[in-house]
Amino acid sequence: MTAATNAPAEKADPRLAAAADFLDTRVGISKIVKEFARKIFPDHWSFLLGEIALYSFIVLLISGTFLTMFFVPSMAETHYPTDALPVTMQGVQMSEAYASTIHMSFHVRGGLLMRQIHHWAALLFVGAMVVHMLRIFFTGAFRRPRELNWLVGFTLLIMGLLAGFSGYSLPDDVLSGNGLRIADGVALAIPIIGSYVSFALFGGEFPGDDIIPRLFTVHILLVPGLILALIAVHLFLIVWHKHTQYPGPGRTQKNVVGFPLFPIYTAKAGGFFFIVFGVIALMGATMSINSVWNYGPYDPSVVSAGAQPDWYMLFLEGSLRLMPGLEVVIGGFTLSLAILIPGVILPGLLFTFLGLYPFIERAVTKDTGEHHLLDRPRNAATRTALGAGFLAVWFVLIGAGANDLIATHFNVSLNLITWIFRILFFVLPVVTFLVTKRICFGLQRKDRELALHGHETGRIVRFASGEFIEVHQPLDEYERWLLVSHDSPAPLQIDPPEDANGVARPGYKKERRWQKLSQFFYEDRIEPVTPAELAAAQSHGEHDELPATEAHEEITSEDSAGQIEARTH
Amino acid sequence: MSIEQPRGSHDLQQSESGEVEHPERFENPGLPPHRPRLGDEDPKANKRSEHQVVVLFVISIIATIAAIWGFFAFPVDGLQVGNVRMSTLVIGLGLGLGMLGIGVGAVHWAKTLMNDHEKVEERHPQRGDDATRAEAVDIMREGVEDSAIARRPLIKGALGTAVAIAPLSFLVPLIGNLGGDWDISKFRHTAWASAPGGGRRYLATDPTDRRIKASEVTRGSMVHVQPWRLEEEENFLEEKTKAVVILMRLDPKLLKEPEEKKDWSYDGIVAYSKVCTHVGCPVALYEQQTHHVLCPCHQSTFDITDQAKVIFGPAKRPLPQLPITVDEEGYLYAQSDFHEPVGPSFWERER
Ligand code: HEM
Ligand code: FES
Repeated sequence: MTAATNAPAEKADPRLAAAADFLDTRVGISKIVKEFARKIFPDHWSFLLGEIALYSFIVLLISGTFLTMFFVPSMAETHYPTDALPVTMQGVQMSEAYASTIHMSFHVRGGLLMRQIHHWAALLFVGAMVVHMLRIFFTGAFRRPRELNWLVGFTLLIMGLLAGFSGYSLPDDVLSGNGLRIADGVALAIPIIGSYVSFALFGGEFPGDDIIPRLFTVHILLVPGLILALIAVHLFLIVWHKHTQYPGPGRTQKNVVGFPLFPIYTAKAGGFFFIVFGVIALMGATMSINSVWNYGPYDPSVVSAGAQPDWYMLFLEGSLRLMPGLEVVIGGFTLSLAILIPGVILPGLLFTFLGLYPFIERAVTKDTGEHHLLDRPRNAATRTALGAGFLAVWFVLIGAGANDLIATHFNVSLNLITWIFRILFFVLPVVTFLVTKRICFGLQRKDRELALHGHETGRIVRFASGEFIEVHQPLDEYERWLLVSHDSPAPLQIDPPEDANGVARPGYKKERRWQKLSQFFYEDRIEPVTPAELAAAQSHGEHDELPATEAHEEITSEDSAGQIEARTH
Repeated sequence: MSIEQPRGSHDLQQSESGEVEHPERFENPGLPPHRPRLGDEDPKANKRSEHQVVVLFVISIIATIAAIWGFFAFPVDGLQVGNVRMSTLVIGLGLGLGMLGIGVGAVHWAKTLMNDHEKVEERHPQRGDDATRAEAVDIMREGVEDSAIARRPLIKGALGTAVAIAPLSFLVPLIGNLGGDWDISKFRHTAWASAPGGGRRYLATDPTDRRIKASEVTRGSMVHVQPWRLEEEENFLEEKTKAVVILMRLDPKLLKEPEEKKDWSYDGIVAYSKVCTHVGCPVALYEQQTHHVLCPCHQSTFDITDQAKVIFGPAKRPLPQLPITVDEEGYLYAQSDFHEPVGPSFWERER
């Protein structure tokens, strides 16, 4: 490219010119090219996570289309042919859905491959979305103006779970049938309308003949359609807002530094689609997944021990497992808390927190600016700690979803494991929160040290006085900028409870509550190094202590978030 | 930047102590100088990268051809499992490497051969400037005025209502039909009540559907049971879902039976619903030493010696017991249906 730009302009290919002219006179393509072709996108590996989600969704669409050609969404009874593979299923009574699934696995060339590609892509899709969401969360990319896109993404995640569950249920094998049975049990626990919800789902009593054709429509039309529409909105908003960027020299809230869409991202992002597709295809070729002929057709009296749902459903399974039996009868009506709490209320609370988090944080900061520079997670200690605590809850639930495997693997009693998880459910998030916050402050302090004193060189120098010091190499301004450029917000300030005349102010109570929350977020904080501090550190020499008063002022904190220890040798 | 915040007072101190004034914050130093890649300076490295890109694309071409060869080379209409395996593998590897070759080639090309000077673009705030905002407000106001809606509240009310209820003529038929006959009283009855025609409902093995003699039920084993000849009846799967039962013979001395249920068992043989009272999985695991049955779904554990009460796990209620007895020839049959609904709890359960 570099060479090409210096070379004398080549003559345009006349066919290309004609095509361009055709498009321009029909749809004004030149304006579109001018607007978008050289749009700048910043570069970072973590920006690939959303792309992985996007590309695995496209792989899902492609492989799914293949599957629809051979899958029969019907619960009608049939007997598997006696001259077909697998031998174990010959003559067995089963539904058409199950029969078509195993038939396509054995007697359609590429059928098993596409089934496995489809399933691996689904696991990757949800996984990539979750990790992508974590990156948005921990870097603060959800802040104004991107709150709405956070909600779009949040809805995508829920749609992803729905797509996964409905797909998992289609083959009508023992595992998928038991998954539906559990869903039915949870539906029945809903107060007042539960029984009717169950009837509405199954077209009558469980299992009925309707659920598979219904889920088929949900799985191949409704949910993918919604996902597609939401992805369109999601990507439109990304272009509209322009992508966020990590802080660094030359990057500001008012610019975006990176590479142009054409040709760099056309090649990189386009190429990355093929990489994702390639990796999923290799997985489908070599790693078997959901070999349904081993489980057998659904039969309400059969269940296999140690069966696990797909990973993204494990947290629900785990939360059902952790809950002790609890049920009350009020006025003759049964309220099944043992299912309602872990199956509906807890997931509801967790997801509500996730969905609303950007708005909570905004209310706490009362922050009115636009944010296009991402936070380094350490610099937003409370947010990072909250996120880690949230993850801790989630991991405990996932662990509990595998408690039987853990019990048999480590040869301990299920009882004990369950009790450990019950306690961890309450304790681990709190511990994780506190520890993470500590670690963040530790890292911030290390950043300060580095900014003030530079890198250790390992060179020891002896002074005439007999004192030893280690020589430090100061940072260049580019490296330093990353460590000193962030803001450290202070808790909200509010007016006193009474006005000048001693009359109680009406809005005070409410403001005070927000302030409390804001103090929870920002009470402990460490200010980034200022030029004055750097000058002081440099003029006082490497081995001098900073004035004690100054060190104290770095931290406005009740607990001893730590004082800054000046380096003494 | 955007957040107003009180700063520490150290800047002040500095100036008081008479030293140079320092800015409050560091200045952004601007983009660091561009670091050239190997290929930018060495034409040989440049050429090498070009070759690598071509090789990657060629790998893709070969892999795609291999996939198509695999499609024809391994027919799967016979009974050779090996062909299924090979077909999956060869088509899959071809597809995978075909894609990877394109992808890795394109990215390598972008990284080594395309211009890698970072570019900068301005951002503009989302908020429109004041003039634009005022103009937008005017436009909307004008439109509202043109429509004359403000002065005709009746139109507003009528339109609002019409639009709000219009979806009902779609939703009511949709939802109304979803639940079939909506007869939720079906939750209360199972096929054990009686055989079609009102005869005795015998216990039969599941899935082989043979009637069971009391003498065949040995201690320590668990028999999976369904109503005899249920398969020939309507709604077989729905009825089987509710009616599956587990049968165990215990030492009669071990059984704690309340007075009114004394005759529900026969000679130490007890029958309980197999449908877990938690969310409905089949309780399938029997520990014969402890006489516990375990539900593999969420590990609810029921004590068979003590009326199948829950001793661990998320289930709350005991498994319902099926009253059984034997006929003249010694075959087990159900005295009656369960005396309560089986399976997961629901709102109207106690009604
Ligand atoms: C179908 C699933 C999803 C797809 C295909 C997808 C795709 C993408 C892509 C390609 C980007 C740009 C690159 C990047 O920042 O990674 C992006 C950005 C973004 N995504 Fe997603 N995403 C999905 C799910 C989610 C979820 C679950 C959330 C969070 C709730 C979310 C929130 C966001 C936000 C706020 C941005 C803008 C961030 C920025 O500009 O840095 N997305 N998404
Ligand atoms: S269904 Fe039996 S424990 Fe949950």
